[in-house]
Amino acid sequence: MIRFTNVTKTYPRTGTAVAGVSLHVAKGEFVFFTGPSGAGKSTLLKMVYFEERPSEGEVRVGGTSSKDASRGDVARLRRKLGIVFQDFRLLDDRTVAANIAFALEVIGAPTGSITVKVGRLLERVGLASKANAFPRELSGGEQQRVAIARALVNDPFVLVADEPTGNLDDRATRGVFQLLRDINASGTAVMMATHNLELIRRCDYRTVEINRGQVVFDSREQSAELPPARGRAR
Amino acid sequence: MKLAFREALSAFRRAPLLSALSVTTIAFSLFALGLFGLVAVNMRQALQQLEERFEIRAFVAEGASIDSVTAAMKELSALPNVARVNYVSRAQALQRARRELGEFRDVFQDEFLPASLELRLRPGLEGQNEVKAVVERVRKLPFVDDVRYGEEWVEKLYRVRDVAAAAGLVLGLAFATVAVIIIGSTIRMAVLARSREISIMRLVGATDAFVRAPFLIEGFFKGVLGGVLALVFTWLAHELIDRTLIETTFFDARTAVLGVLGGALIGLLGSSLSVGRHLRKV
Repeated sequence: MIRFTNVTKTYPRTGTAVAGVSLHVAKGEFVFFTGPSGAGKSTLLKMVYFEERPSEGEVRVGGTSSKDASRGDVARLRRKLGIVFQDFRLLDDRTVAANIAFALEVIGAPTGSITVKVGRLLERVGLASKANAFPRELSGGEQQRVAIARALVNDPFVLVADEPTGNLDDRATRGVFQLLRDINASGTAVMMATHNLELIRRCDYRTVEINRGQVVFDSREQSAELPPARGRAR
Repeated sequence: MKLAFREALSAFRRAPLLSALSVTTIAFSLFALGLFGLVAVNMRQALQQLEERFEIRAFVAEGASIDSVTAAMKELSALPNVARVNYVSRAQALQRARRELGEFRDVFQDEFLPASLELRLRPGLEGQNEVKAVVERVRKLPFVDDVRYGEEWVEKLYRVRDVAAAAGLVLGLAFATVAVIIIGSTIRMAVLARSREISIMRLVGATDAFVRAPFLIEGFFKGVLGGVLALVFTWLAHELIDRTLIETTFFDARTAVLGVLGGALIGLLGSSLSVGRHLRKV
């Protein structure tokens, strides 16, 4: 479903961010990406939604290849993905419902279906009562739930979450993480970058550790191939 | 499309001061263009009036037969640039001289002035070559002694007109360029102010055309509003000049509508040039 083949990403000023990464994320899988700051996790995730393209190698997401995808292909691909960030990226001058509706309007969803879908999504993330609140009136955890609801508008086959709990306290982190687990349980793959080792320990999802742009640990490969002595930042 | 319109309009609501500033700036640059247009319209009208009064006079030799003169008049009237041809007999010439030069009326006793043909040309001729072509044609008539048409004056008239047209074109282009640049800058500010929104639109799968549409509509609206405001300013200026300085004519409805559409075109051009360049940076 998502395949990185010998992917290298080099920036002219800062040098190599990702070096020779090959990995595959299967349909419905939950994968943690962990590693120190600046290791290349975000760059890797950005290549999933084609915000960045590899300098070498190929990224294939669904049927779209980084080698020949046009800007239109990227737009169409993103309609099948969900993306969540640490800083929520909500529009402060619009209500919770309007933030979610905006994503539907952008992709040309029929007006009649928007209200129904927004209501359903808000219920799914547990914020039905906050539909008319503005983002500044919500806690960090609630804001992230709104961002997740917005990411789900297209019924994505994969949810890309870059440090979604990075700005949240423990309680909110647990709530958002549980939401992501529920989403994954309904069949959507989740690719989540995080520094939070507590979350990783709590469940036995696949974990990929990145350091200096390289995959230094992949729990799936370790269980299949690597000797158990290989270092991991747990 | 509905969302694009709504987004374009909400840009005015969310940043009213910036929008008002850009509309006013556009209005002032178009106003400068409008003022020059007003000068051009009035100058063209003045030249047209001069052209209407302009005449070629061909003096008819003594003894010329009426038949040949009548035939020549018919032939000259058929020329495309000739509005009309009048025959002024010797008696009429004397009468006119007495009327126009009243203090010398006693000096004019006999019909000493020659008969003549007076040709009025159609207004809006391309240049003095067309005048000369008619003059040459008249000169070739066998019964014509001499032709007078104020050659130097004709030359000056057309030179003034050509200079005015060239200056209008250059200044018009300069003001239009300024307006395009101003609209481009305001759209750049709008793009930067809405960078978060744009990045979200892109993340959820909006195409480039979709992201661009609200900015193009915004530029178009600003151009139209600026155009209307400029039209109002120009009209006020015209009223002021007309009442206090010199009688002037305002644009006809067609020119006024064209001016506003020109503003819209400038708005669209400025925003499309700017939006593509700046969206890549967001």
